[in-house]
Amino acid sequence: MTLLLSRRALIGTMAAMPLAGCDKLAGNESFRKALFTAENFHMWAQRSLSDRNALAQEFRPDQVSRIFRSNGTNNPNTEGYKALWRGGFADWRLKVDGLVGKPLSLSLDQLKSIPHREQITRHDCVEGWSAIGKWRGVPLGTILKAARISDRARHIVFHCADDMGGAKSYYESIDRVDAFHPQTILAYALNDRPLSVANGAPLRLRVERQLGYKQAKYLLHIQAVDSLKPIHGGKGGFWEDSAGYEWYAGI
Amino acid sequence: MARTRMTRAINVAPPGGDLVRRHRLSTRIWHWINVVTLYVLFTSGLGIFNAHPRLYWGQYGANFDAPWLELKRFPGWITLPAHYSLAFSRHWHLAFALVLAFSLLAYMVWSLLNRHISRDLAFRKGELKPSHILHDIADHARLRFPTGAAALRYNVLQKASYIGVIFILLPTIILTGLTLSPGMNAAWPWLVELFGGRQSARSIHFIVAWLLVAFFLVHILMVVLAGPFNEVRSMITGRYRLPKARGEGA
Repeated sequence: MTLLLSRRALIGTMAAMPLAGCDKLAGNESFRKALFTAENFHMWAQRSLSDRNALAQEFRPDQVSRIFRSNGTNNPNTEGYKALWRGGFADWRLKVDGLVGKPLSLSLDQLKSIPHREQITRHDCVEGWSAIGKWRGVPLGTILKAARISDRARHIVFHCADDMGGAKSYYESIDRVDAFHPQTILAYALNDRPLSVANGAPLRLRVERQLGYKQAKYLLHIQAVDSLKPIHGGKGGFWEDSAGYEWYAGI
Repeated sequence: MARTRMTRAINVAPPGGDLVRRHRLSTRIWHWINVVTLYVLFTSGLGIFNAHPRLYWGQYGANFDAPWLELKRFPGWITLPAHYSLAFSRHWHLAFALVLAFSLLAYMVWSLLNRHISRDLAFRKGELKPSHILHDIADHARLRFPTGAAALRYNVLQKASYIGVIFILLPTIILTGLTLSPGMNAAWPWLVELFGGRQSARSIHFIVAWLLVAFFLVHILMVVLAGPFNEVRSMITGRYRLPKARGEGA
């Protein structure tokens, strides 16, 4: 062993030793479970502290981001999506089914004829950046009521046209509290223009009290379910299944 | 119990060399919880920062906006986990954030009740006089630490740094952390206004993290200079050997 250990390497080793221990701990299944329960506590605390319909902050038109950057998939680029896009989304339909009394299949024009809501809100990415934009869309609650959602439905699942470049498709889910929140809308316009492909054309979800990865883009299908377990990886979303992100993204 | 013993210790002015009670149990427990908690929070926080190593002022800020600070990613030897995993950094950070916040709250309440704050931390009359502060700074600069019974009390610089950490830095880092949560923004909108926007809160959160690191470095330096064995023992067992005055019998 060399005694000519650089100071930097020494500090590095000292700093990294407990970190290696932490990484080992996180590899332990029961420790990981304990660590992950913090999410439930945060959700419980936030829901207890606030009115269930507490509104996310809304901004003035002059506070909007100069450019609303996109993230994740900028274009699903599947044959099916390209065909829809070429047709100006005239053939696109939003399917609403699952635990509902009256399954729906809605065109973009039909959605646009329903009373809409406009909101200038801040989009917070899990990575740390924020962008402010003006959204226009149909309250999700309106659609769920029209479909006569069953009392047994506990979660709403959003399936997307985005296959993440492979076999798995992007999906997300929220519970009834967020589904019927007044600011939860199915948005078809950003900053007074039809949604661009990069931002999720023709329709995306806005759940304003949660992080960006919950705001599913390229919506195709909304499903009311009593359990998330049987859907894809069972954790309620693409990133929840594949990377271990929190299902409750209000933190 | 501890109080009477502590008071007596001061009243009879024990000579240097005596082993005396120094730190209360609550202080010792909280100190070691913080060692673990702040370590995990700092390293996992750097892991989270690596996802977007740019900082902005104001309500929003993303790649097309001008950052006031842009850094390279922090290296793996100082992030938790060592490999890049935003999801796991967040799990560590959000779990230990609860430990930090609730242990600080408990410590504050407990220290108010057992009068640790009023007795040991609050500035005394005359301590804030510029001449006294200058004198203390001069003593520190010459590494002249108090001896005998005087070493049982915090000096004005110690008090200022502990008050700064307990009542300013830690509450600020907790509140700016809460401001980053979109759920909390809806629950407590005043938080965003207090810090001038979510991206400002993120910047302040980052700055305060480094101020805590600065505190840590000075703290360790002082422990080393004042006698690491005696200092660490006092933080574990509560017992502390009073330093002898210069010229006091060997």
